[in-house]
Amino acid sequence: MSENAKKRVLDALRAQIQALELDSTPNSSPHAVVPLGAAEIDSILPWAGLPRTGVHEIEGRHGAALGFAVALLARFVADRGQALWCFRQTDPYGPGLHFFGLDPNFLIAVRAHRPHHVLWVLEEALRARCLGAVLGEVAAVGLTASRRLQLAARTGNTPCLLLCHNATAGSTTAITRWRALPANTNENDGIGGANFLGEPRWRIELVRCRGTPGGHHWIVKWCHETHCLRVVTPLADRSGTSSITVLRHAV
Amino acid sequence: MVNEVGGVACLTAVCKHAQELGLQPTITLADARALVPALRIATENPAADAQVLAKLADWATRFTPWVAINGTDGLWLDISGCSDLFGNEATLLERLCQGLAGFNITARVAVADTAGAAWAMAHFTTTNRIPPSKNRAWLTPLPIAALRLNAATVKNLELMGLRCIGDVLALPRASITERFGCELLARLDQALGTVPESISPRRLIPAFIVRHVFAEPVIVTVSLTHTLDHLLVKLCQLLKKHEQGVRQAVLSLFRVDGTVRRIKIGTNRKIQEPKSLAVLFAEHLKSLSFCLEDGSGIEVITLVATVTERSEPTQQTLTAIKAHSSNSNNKHALADLADRLTNRLSNDAVVRFTPYQSYVPERAVQICTSITSCSLTSWPISQPRPLHLFTPPIPIEVVTMIPDNPPILFRWQKRTHHVAHATDPERITCEWWRDDSWTRDYYRVEDMEGARFWLYREGLYRDSIDPQWWLHGLFA
Repeated sequence: MSENAKKRVLDALRAQIQALELDSTPNSSPHAVVPLGAAEIDSILPWAGLPRTGVHEIEGRHGAALGFAVALLARFVADRGQALWCFRQTDPYGPGLHFFGLDPNFLIAVRAHRPHHVLWVLEEALRARCLGAVLGEVAAVGLTASRRLQLAARTGNTPCLLLCHNATAGSTTAITRWRALPANTNENDGIGGANFLGEPRWRIELVRCRGTPGGHHWIVKWCHETHCLRVVTPLADRSGTSSITVLRHAV
Repeated sequence: MVNEVGGVACLTAVCKHAQELGLQPTITLADARALVPALRIATENPAADAQVLAKLADWATRFTPWVAINGTDGLWLDISGCSDLFGNEATLLERLCQGLAGFNITARVAVADTAGAAWAMAHFTTTNRIPPSKNRAWLTPLPIAALRLNAATVKNLELMGLRCIGDVLALPRASITERFGCELLARLDQALGTVPESISPRRLIPAFIVRHVFAEPVIVTVSLTHTLDHLLVKLCQLLKKHEQGVRQAVLSLFRVDGTVRRIKIGTNRKIQEPKSLAVLFAEHLKSLSFCLEDGSGIEVITLVATVTERSEPTQQTLTAIKAHSSNSNNKHALADLADRLTNRLSNDAVVRFTPYQSYVPERAVQICTSITSCSLTSWPISQPRPLHLFTPPIPIEVVTMIPDNPPILFRWQKRTHHVAHATDPERITCEWWRDDSWTRDYYRVEDMEGARFWLYREGLYRDSIDPQWWLHGLFA
């Protein structure tokens, strides 16, 4: 009997620790987690999506990281009000945001000149509880700043996305860290002729994720029409490169 | 003080000691030197004088919001209704004189019913106060010059034996106008108060103003914050009574050394709650703590609502319209957030984007600094556009195989990008109603790694031999 009781206590404690580790707010509300829309990625994430109450970092090469960040931002704010984008150099261009599902009418852009201003704006915005999601452009985040943002995100119940320029960042308390790199399209991608660009492809890597080992990566395609991510199954044999590529290599 | 008048160095102003030694303004420097060999002179600097006077005018706003500069050496203060704040007029005057003496300024001060009478008293007597409605009696013995007339008129009058104001008052009015024009009578009436005189104050007179005088100069931010909270409550009560909301407010801090520091805040919505305003001032007060450390404390603070808007009294929410009210609460929270950000960063830091009917990429977006007015105009989705636009575009070096074709490689950020895919060009020309005429061919290109860019070639090959290529945007 005492064995049983001990086991129960241990189980309860384990569950508690796991809950703390996963930072799981009561999952009763269906809005607490936002799925990415690609089943392969969602199945890897412990919450089957991205939790609202937390910081998600995105690093990577400019265009791809920007696109992935905007796509995530759009998913977070979908029918939940306004988004705030705090930038230093990379200001959003309104007409391009539509293609990633973000309505520019519901975007507030904030220009900050100093790195600490960005962090201040993010924290204020997160605590204001009136925004759907917040995106900030930073070079790198220290542990303290990251912890503050995480707390602000939790108290404000607002997700925070960080677009990190510095890839070699130290340890942070972010829930997830992603790396988005561009991936080249090929003729099997539905490209008709030489003068046609298909849907953008990114190589998405889950660098770090609380509650699960990171290191997963996928090649995904973004569809401008349906505004969703699709995981592309890698080709078995990539040797058949296009004649154009061969020609260009020759030059 | 010395300045050149007609090519000759003349004295323009003299100190008290010099006056006792027999020096007068308008005599030449050579004469003055002959009278007083040990004369110390300084060149006149009208610009600096004006600056100091403006500063003094700022300082004087602690007594009344209505301050105007008179000529090059005087200030008007309309203290109607303000003397009660100091007890009575005499105390106000005493404070004013004390303050001026503190700056080592020799000043003559006078209070009267009219601006003209006060000017006359200040310039020609040592009495500093005319009791109400006694203008005529006090002005009668004063010389004609006390009426603020030009020098020629004064000279004419004196030639005729009219030396004091009383002499003019005794004459029939009709003959005065006939002989000397309207100016003399107008000035006389203005001094006596029978005709109103309009003088424009230096700053706009606010309708809503509250102030607080500290018993001792304050150098701690905490007590300032505390006082500010009180003032805000007072101001908001005042505003509520008049059904107004703040759109812009200025907090003036009068320091002991005579300088005035003004903190201006603007808001996105009409605010009647002291708390929301306090948050906006708090940021500025934080940065103020550095300035307070140099020892010169703050004596007086005034809070002014410079721009207000009529705001209807709000009704308490009913449960039936709760959804709507939470929506409007959200809007309020958003406006407050925008105010906080704007006040800390800069006026144009927090923006929204609105579409503009133009094919030129950099003109297709307009920036709107008002957060609350959320436009619901639809954005044209015609052609793919990048996520980020470089302003200005970045010049790049390219290699093209054939003219009029996309490049096969280009250099950007010290890296060579080989182009793997490119689209057909999208040609954008300048709008015909504008002066400049250019043609751009835009290409969306993808490099070997899959990164996508928006390049354009300015000009056609037939126009120029070597058209310039630019990088204008980043695609995802």
